Amino acid sequence: MAFLEITGLSKAYDATTVVDSLSLSVGKGEFVCLLGPSGCGKTTTLQMLAGFVAPDRGRIELDGRDITRLRSNQRGLGIVFQSYALFPHMTVAQNVAFGLEMRNVAFGERCTRVADALELVHLGAFAKRYPKELSGGQRQRVAMARALVIQPPVLLLDEPMGALDAKLREDMQFELRALQNRLQITTLMVTHDQAEAMTLADRVVLMNKGRIEQVDQPFDMYSRPNGRFSSTFLGKANVFDGRVGAGGFVVGDTTLPMGPSDVTGDADYIVRPEKVEFCDHDALVRGHVLARAFQGNHWLFQIKTPIGTMQITQVNHGLPLANNGDEVGLRWAPASALVVNKEVLHEQS
Amino acid sequence: MSRASFALPYWLSAPGAIAILALVGLPLAMTFALSLHPFLPDGSVGGKLTLSNYEQIVSDGYYLAIFARTFALATLVTLVCVVVGVPEAYVLSRLSSRWRAVSIVVVLGPLLVSVVVRTLGWAILLGNEGAINSSLIALGVIDAPLRLMFTFTGVVVALVHVLLPYMVLAVWASLQKLDPATEQAADALGAGHFTVLRRIVLPQVIPGILAGALIVFALAASAFATPAIIGGRRLKVVPTTIFDQFLNELNWPMGAALAATLMALVLSITMIVNAFVERRYKQVFA
Repeated sequence: MAFLEITGLSKAYDATTVVDSLSLSVGKGEFVCLLGPSGCGKTTTLQMLAGFVAPDRGRIELDGRDITRLRSNQRGLGIVFQSYALFPHMTVAQNVAFGLEMRNVAFGERCTRVADALELVHLGAFAKRYPKELSGGQRQRVAMARALVIQPPVLLLDEPMGALDAKLREDMQFELRALQNRLQITTLMVTHDQAEAMTLADRVVLMNKGRIEQVDQPFDMYSRPNGRFSSTFLGKANVFDGRVGAGGFVVGDTTLPMGPSDVTGDADYIVRPEKVEFCDHDALVRGHVLARAFQGNHWLFQIKTPIGTMQITQVNHGLPLANNGDEVGLRWAPASALVVNKEVLHEQS
Repeated sequence: MSRASFALPYWLSAPGAIAILALVGLPLAMTFALSLHPFLPDGSVGGKLTLSNYEQIVSDGYYLAIFARTFALATLVTLVCVVVGVPEAYVLSRLSSRWRAVSIVVVLGPLLVSVVVRTLGWAILLGNEGAINSSLIALGVIDAPLRLMFTFTGVVVALVHVLLPYMVLAVWASLQKLDPATEQAADALGAGHFTVLRRIVLPQVIPGILAGALIVFALAASAFATPAIIGGRRLKVVPTTIFDQFLNELNWPMGAALAATLMALVLSITMIVNAFVERRYKQVFA
């Protein structure tokens, strides 16, 4: 059995099912991201793990022990809140020491452990400051130190980077990953930011409407999304609605090439924007440029084609390859396209 | 910015400032000036300046007792308001939005009724034949009626009722600013419910409690209608004594001196507490 085992977890508020029979196994030391749009149930799942919300059904087992009905203050999990929830009337050191006080750790040992935890997040010099006197990034580190100092079996992070600006967020992501690697602590993080999930997680749990869509390592999920939702939420994708025919994938009057596949009948055809290239002949589809946007390391094109508007990215080698309104041909390798079954709409149970 | 537009805010605030000066500043100054004149045996106000009224206040046991009673009353009312109002505000802030709306009306209700009507209501409840005494006697808890009217206890009860909304509102305001996640954070770190309240919630609302306490204290020390109706002639406080000096004894200079003294005391207590709050909490909550 896995270190953290979630089985059939469900929660409904009034008539709305927020989390629907969610099952997940997390190994010891693993970093797992719960990723999904707002309202997908990821935060509720985290709150049920923390013990702030009681599940309607299901089990949560930690290291072989059933903690489903255990009170939140008995679970001993480390939690970092989106707002950090630092105690404003306590200094940084008092904030970090609070969990140890609650565990009746002797004063001497407490001081040592608080100092170690603050050293860990490079805040040794800030022990006597109040949260108000710190920057956003520093507050986030205090929250981290406060959660880690009690040596929890599991660390729960609720959108910990949400309040930071883009540049700082990237720095903190690498720092968090390094810290997690060093401590080898089992970590569950909730985020709606797919880039963050890909940067940090060993495995991404993609959620939608209270259910898990796909669980995979970031690279595998990106290269083999299991459906329309996965492909468009994790990265960009061109998805065509059609059916598998004799000579390929049929979308309207157009037939697109596909590799060997056991999918039959109505299906979705997925091709990533960076797999598509411009060409003068042997074009799979032709269209004209609707818009183009410069994004630094690449150009993003929108191309109007008979089978729908496509997104294409081209690495910025210098000049753009096409101008607005230009007629262009597009092609891609059959192997880079993915044919998946249409999404079965989830039945509300 | 041109000179004209720089001066504009001052011109705009001039009507208000003049109204305040004329209607508040001037009467205060005149009261203070009056307090520095002697009261002559024939009932007129003397012309020369003297501190004799203030000397009498600080040396006469009668006035000292009244001041002591007033501040004891204000302090006790403030303490009861803290003890009752802080939990009340906390409970209110945790109610569902529908019940909260109902509860706010209930809490603010006393402020919507004239202070005289409200106090007369208490007089009906607290009297020897009143609802409290008759029900206690009917239940066999007591044989003879409890003396509540014209007592210190009666005045405290009625003043707490009048002033509690101010305390609840002040504490509520600081509870609104409290991040509910701090309670969850403390809980997750292993704190029990009571510890969360004592170590996390209470310290964060202390500025609100002190602000509410200041308002309640100042209003209780200067309350007139409630001590006049519930306390009556037997239980004099400074405001009722000022009223008597002006309208019964016709000793206007003494009334003015009492008023000036009361105001100076309340003002200095307020400023001292305020300075303490500023210094203690600026670093934490500013």
